[in-house]
Amino acid sequence: MGSILIQGGRVCDPASGRDEPADVLVRDGKIVQVGRVKGKADRVIDAAGKIVCPGLIDMHVHFREPGNEEAETIASGVAAAVGGGFTAAALMPNTEPPVDTAQGVERVRLGAARAGLARVHPIACITKGRKGAELADLASLSQAGAAGFSDDGAWVADAELMRRAMECARTLGKPVISHAEDPKRSAHGVMHEGAVSTRLGLAGISAASEVAAVERDVLLAEETGAHLHVAHVSVAGAVEVIRRAKARGVHVTAEATAHHLVLSDECLLERDEAGILKFDTNYKMKPPLRTRGDVEALRTGLGDGTIDCIVSDHAPHGLETKAVEFSEASFGIVGLETTLPLIITELIETGVLSWSRAVGALTANPARVLGVSSGALSAGAEADITIIDPGREWTIDVNALRSRSRNSPFDGRKVKGIAACVIVGGEVKAGR
Amino acid sequence: MWNRKHLLGLEELSREELVEILDRARTFRDRCTSSERKHTTLAGKTVVMLFFEPSTRTTTSFTLAAQRLSADVVSFSSTGSSTTKGETLIDTARNIEAMGVDILVIRHTASGAPHLVARHVDASVVNAGDGAHEHPTQGLLDLYTIREKKKKFEGLKVVIVGDIAHSRVARSDIFGLVTLGAEVFVSGPETLVPEPIAELGVTVVKDFDEIVGEADVVNILRIQRERIEGTVLPSTAEYTRLYGLTRDRERRMKPDALVMHPGPINRGVEIAPEVADGEHSVILEQVTNGVAVRMAVLSMVVGK
Repeated sequence: MGSILIQGGRVCDPASGRDEPADVLVRDGKIVQVGRVKGKADRVIDAAGKIVCPGLIDMHVHFREPGNEEAETIASGVAAAVGGGFTAAALMPNTEPPVDTAQGVERVRLGAARAGLARVHPIACITKGRKGAELADLASLSQAGAAGFSDDGAWVADAELMRRAMECARTLGKPVISHAEDPKRSAHGVMHEGAVSTRLGLAGISAASEVAAVERDVLLAEETGAHLHVAHVSVAGAVEVIRRAKARGVHVTAEATAHHLVLSDECLLERDEAGILKFDTNYKMKPPLRTRGDVEALRTGLGDGTIDCIVSDHAPHGLETKAVEFSEASFGIVGLETTLPLIITELIETGVLSWSRAVGALTANPARVLGVSSGALSAGAEADITIIDPGREWTIDVNALRSRSRNSPFDGRKVKGIAACVIVGGEVKAGR
Repeated sequence: MWNRKHLLGLEELSREELVEILDRARTFRDRCTSSERKHTTLAGKTVVMLFFEPSTRTTTSFTLAAQRLSADVVSFSSTGSSTTKGETLIDTARNIEAMGVDILVIRHTASGAPHLVARHVDASVVNAGDGAHEHPTQGLLDLYTIREKKKKFEGLKVVIVGDIAHSRVARSDIFGLVTLGAEVFVSGPETLVPEPIAELGVTVVKDFDEIVGEADVVNILRIQRERIEGTVLPSTAEYTRLYGLTRDRERRMKPDALVMHPGPINRGVEIAPEVADGEHSVILEQVTNGVAVRMAVLSMVVGK
């Protein structure tokens, strides 16, 4: 494999507290040295003007293999990951069939290994078939390599069942990732319940349907001592519940998606050049886009550590499921290739988040939540490295995405910042 | 000056555009009940009724309007969403358009359906009701009726009562009335009047009795029976007691106040039969005005 010297960049490695000019030397797939490196290497990457980070980790993505390979396979998904600057991704298990057996986990790991691009951390189901009725074999799932458990897409509404799941997960040392949404309260909702949904006559999903679910999950985590990770937090009320829970010592972590940190439900009021309301289904996802106040609360939560991780919740969908009436459209947007530029443009460039905080939310923190050893540029670690060009201005083009799907509201959006080079295990997987 | 190709809602229309439609409707109105109903305005044009939600009244009203303008009219009705049917809404619309169609009049259970079609076809699209969002021609005929009787909108107190949450009629009325300067109030059961409706420029009145005596216009919305005896309302008797336009409430109304209803009415539930047929009621005039308003709209969207 030889050696690579990444020279002249600014190393941003929150795990070690480092944010300064430094070189990085990689040999035989491992990081050898970070600092002032003298001497030669087989390959030199000029990182002048770039930011050199530990390989970014997206701990919440959906690929559609098995079940809907037209929308995304594991291979296309990991290609999208490295295209977006990520060296690793945690895959949600809501495929068809869902990942609720050891074989299912194994299949995911093999698929990723075969593709040989980004690493994959499989998340396995909490309940069999994600039906919320019986616990899956959590121990064998864990043994097969599951990094955590989630019924993502659905909430485990049976509190006693969730409690048992948390007890098992605690013993296994794995997090329970909860999609906190009380379905009885979100019912037929298709967007945030508020002023915009009232104006548009669309059924709403209340903020309360999330807050109440998060509260229940937090109480269960407190009771069992398990690690609860709250998926895609979207409302201020939930941020507050998590903040207070952390303050009293509950083992809870949380994530927010790039789109929830950037967009609000007012996007649904957009009209086209002819003045026609767009009812753009690329603004339809779960949880829905919320109010500006909620966006602010999420940003504050990221800033004060209440929210630990930034994720994409990459949700590929075929065009035919989006080119329909808003109420009929599928929920979700792709995000692996738009998350980094959005965070740079909307949060770092605007001074809302420091580079350190943002990179931490994409490296050290998700690594800590998942219990994996990456997320840091430490000597001896696997050489997973993302080199970011923070100044490159470009325009997002959905037709240039490596994902098989195009469902993104960011087509045509001018952004600043891009992953210039992505190294996984000492091999360049994207960029130069 | 009107130059729109579609009528999708009243929210985006300016005061001038609204007045222009009402004025145009007036030119058709007088001949509507005479034997000289026929005009040649849309001779040679094809109008298709694309109704994905059942309705005989609105279809009939639009069909008569189109026929009186000498257009060729065809009806395509289908219940069920794209997902249950198989063929997508866009495909259905484009297939019909491919037969040579000038105007698509669309009613659908999904908010935004006519808008989706409008962005994918070349024909003109008229929204005949999309989910709980808008029913612009109903809003226009309500405005027309009020203008005929009251001559003005500024400062007029209009009260809309009933299931505001699910009513596209309420929303279109609100958009039109607020643009024209009326003072709009909404009232109804707690569970059926969403708080954020106030952001559309209306005042929410929890107690109907507080406002009924001050109203210049009371617009009673139909209460769907499925909502009653469900989780939302306890009983029809309760609804009538609190929000029905009963004879007692009618007695307290201003002498020249109007009673309106988009129909079909549930006699004895949201409105007492005597009130529906009483001297304040302009319900049947609304229906007649509806045809004239639709004639105006169909003409104007194709620039005639």
